[in-house]
Amino acid sequence: MKDAFGLPQSLLVLGGTSEIALAVTRRLIARRTRTVWLAGRPSPGLDEAAGQLRALGAEVHTVDFDALDPAGHEDALGKVFAEGDVDMVLLAFGTLGDQARDERDPRAAVRVAQTNYTGAVSAGLVCAGALQAQGHGSLVVLSSVAGERARRANFIYGSSKAGLDAFAQGLGDALYGTGVHVMVVRPGFVRTRMTAGLPEAPLATTPEAVATAVELGLRRRSETVWVPGALRVVMSALRHLPRGVFRRLPV
Amino acid sequence: MPADTVSVTGWGRTAPSAARLVRPRTFEEAALAVRGCGARGGIARGLGRAYGDAAQNAGGEVFDMTGLDRIHAIDADGGTVLCDAGVSLHRLMEVLLPLGWFVPVTPGTRYVTVGGAIGADIHGKNHHVSGSFSRHVLSLELLTADGQVRTVAPGTPLFEATAGGMGLTGVILTATVRLQPVRTSWMSVDTERASDLDDLMARLADTDHRYRYSVAWIDLLARGRATGRAVLTRGDHAPLDALPRSARREPLSFRTSRLPAAPSFVPEGLLSRTTVGLFNELWFRKAPRSRTGQLQRIPAFFHPLDGVPHWNRIYGRGGFVQYQFVVGHGREDTLRRIVRRISQRRCPSFLAVLKRFGDADPGWLSFPVPGWTLALDIPASLPGLGAFLDELDEEVAAAGGRVYLAKDSRLRPELLAAMYPRLDDFRALRAELDPRGVFTSDLSRRLRL
Ligand SMILES: Cc1cc2nc3c(=O)[nH]c(=O)nc-3n(C[C@H](O)[C@H](O)[C@H](O)COP(=O)(O)OP(=O)(O)OC[C@H]3O[C@@H](n4cnc5c(N)ncnc54)[C@H](O)[C@@H]3O)c2cc1C
Ligand SMILES: NC(=O)c1ccc[n+]([C@@H]2O[C@H](COP(=O)([O-])OP(=O)(O)OC[C@H]3O[C@@H](n4cnc5c(N)ncnc54)[C@H](OP(=O)(O)O)[C@@H]3O)[C@@H](O)[C@H]2O)c1
Repeated sequence: MKDAFGLPQSLLVLGGTSEIALAVTRRLIARRTRTVWLAGRPSPGLDEAAGQLRALGAEVHTVDFDALDPAGHEDALGKVFAEGDVDMVLLAFGTLGDQARDERDPRAAVRVAQTNYTGAVSAGLVCAGALQAQGHGSLVVLSSVAGERARRANFIYGSSKAGLDAFAQGLGDALYGTGVHVMVVRPGFVRTRMTAGLPEAPLATTPEAVATAVELGLRRRSETVWVPGALRVVMSALRHLPRGVFRRLPV
Repeated sequence: MPADTVSVTGWGRTAPSAARLVRPRTFEEAALAVRGCGARGGIARGLGRAYGDAAQNAGGEVFDMTGLDRIHAIDADGGTVLCDAGVSLHRLMEVLLPLGWFVPVTPGTRYVTVGGAIGADIHGKNHHVSGSFSRHVLSLELLTADGQVRTVAPGTPLFEATAGGMGLTGVILTATVRLQPVRTSWMSVDTERASDLDDLMARLADTDHRYRYSVAWIDLLARGRATGRAVLTRGDHAPLDALPRSARREPLSFRTSRLPAAPSFVPEGLLSRTTVGLFNELWFRKAPRSRTGQLQRIPAFFHPLDGVPHWNRIYGRGGFVQYQFVVGHGREDTLRRIVRRISQRRCPSFLAVLKRFGDADPGWLSFPVPGWTLALDIPASLPGLGAFLDELDEEVAAAGGRVYLAKDSRLRPELLAAMYPRLDDFRALRAELDPRGVFTSDLSRRLRL
């Protein structure tokens, strides 16, 4: 059960090796979290992540979960909810793709869309149903500023995050009053392996900063969280730029 | 039976969860509701004045007991009342005061039910004399998980598990309560200021026994030499001859007045250190240094906050936490340290309450033990509050003290067994009486009660 500060005792991470998700999880273990489910594609990385969290004192389980296999979501995630209440779900899986290649290889582009959007729609709905049945819980969705306005440089990823973001907002409205809280987190450039090797964007931040923002958002029961917070203003300005100007921005 | 799915919180308005709210209108309906509840169980709810998650049950049922509010019998000579558990103490006062009787124990609000008073085994300003509410319960009827109604008498394990058992042994349907005789509906009140915490504790320890009711409001924003400065208000029911002639005509009339409700929207940060500090300062200054025998009405003395309906909204949508703990006599050092830490941290806390408890009652999870109890409200949005209160818990537990479950919304479950040594007995009784875990609340899930 969550406490007065929205801190969960049990946590399900979708995308169990995500660096951002693991930073959030470490933070929550330092607070109230005792049980963690890491859902992801089986890999040594997933087991290693589980081991590291165990060393922090949590009881950690792993579950096979592939965003690209929506047909399996009900089963894979149903198993977790059958074991007991899940106080928080962190939807963290995602892939950046390779914009240049994906433009030439539509099938690769579709995989980005299917992971980030379709996979999240499926897993998000499965989790939402289970959370609603237990009458409480937070669904925290890692969206991205990239979805706020798609840019020339990564519009395939950006459009998939735009879809995810819109989906999560709508889901939050659908679940309003059901005891389930949906929080959309929009980080800017976060230094993780996903962005390794890319030129750093302004206001670049860290997984730990995202963890801090998530903790604060849980306490406030926020619906939208920007990391860093200044991006809220920056993005609202960018959003209103005329197309011609936006197109020529070096972002 | 009326029922709908609603989002429920406690008085502190944190951690909402959704439940089916069922409103039984008869004992039969209550029994049906208990027998028919689903896998996530059910929990009784009175007027929702517990601050945390005691009277909510995510995904399950919440039994709103306020529809069962009949007063069945009053023994106006012997001073007992038999009533439904959904009757409020406010209602009892309205009915009983004109007959010359008062409730044996009242908390800081009249808007609690008899069921809630037993479920949390509440204490009042008279704890050092009268103990907690359950001491005055002569008998109760309990609807247990099997759908049966049992008559439960003091001195039995089921009674002791139920007094302070936070609704987890069953649904209390009725109770027979022993009353306090009074000659008037007025209080005779002595007020004095204490300049700091030591002064305050000395005054309470030396002279509490002279008063039936005693409490100190302490300013936790005062620092340095003034740390722990306070205003003591102590008193008793006024005798007839203390009333002015005009009041003697209707000495037992019970009058209450309410101000307009607090607005439903309050901007964040209304209660800042500055505003709360200013309030506390004014309030301390306006209290007389010493005054005796002042006549006050019952609401003014016992329930000042009831004058503003929904005052809990002033904390905004983030809600607030009430932290209340007790440490035993001889643990004054812990109390001093905690008061110092709170005031150093400058928590924007309105007047907190310090009281000296008397003898404990036998409820297994009953909160009061002889010693010192401090209660304070803090906005939940205060940065770092969770970790800070965790540290205070450690101090409290190390001193053999405990926090009050009716106020709790954030205790670390690992500390519960140290704070409540009868926890294992409580769990064992529940396992036997309610093997399916019909009675479940968010509190019981969170703390694994
Ligand atoms: C302003 C204020 C001041 C307060 N001052 C004090 C004080 O001085 N001393 C003190 O001790 N407390 C105090 N309290 C706390 C309050 O007295 C308790 O939380 C009390 O239990 C509230 O009663 P309720 O009817 O609102 O119950 P709820 O808050 O609805 O429920 C509280 C608990 O009682 C159980 N319960 C309720 N009805 C039944 C029933 N029929 N059968 C079985 N279980 C039941 C619930 O399951 C729950 O666990 C204060 C609260 C407020 C808001
Ligand atoms: N880093 C940033 O700058 C940034 C900014 C904004 C938003 N975000 C978002 O934040 C989230 C986490 O990113 P991160 O930085 O932590 O990156 P990361 O470490 O690369 O994590 C990505 C995660 O997604 C998982 N994943 C990818 N495809 C999957 C699939 N088909 N099925 C299941 N899991 C799959 C990966 O699992 P495997 O180990 O199996 O690959 C990995 O756990 C992502 O949604 C990302 O879009 C990141």
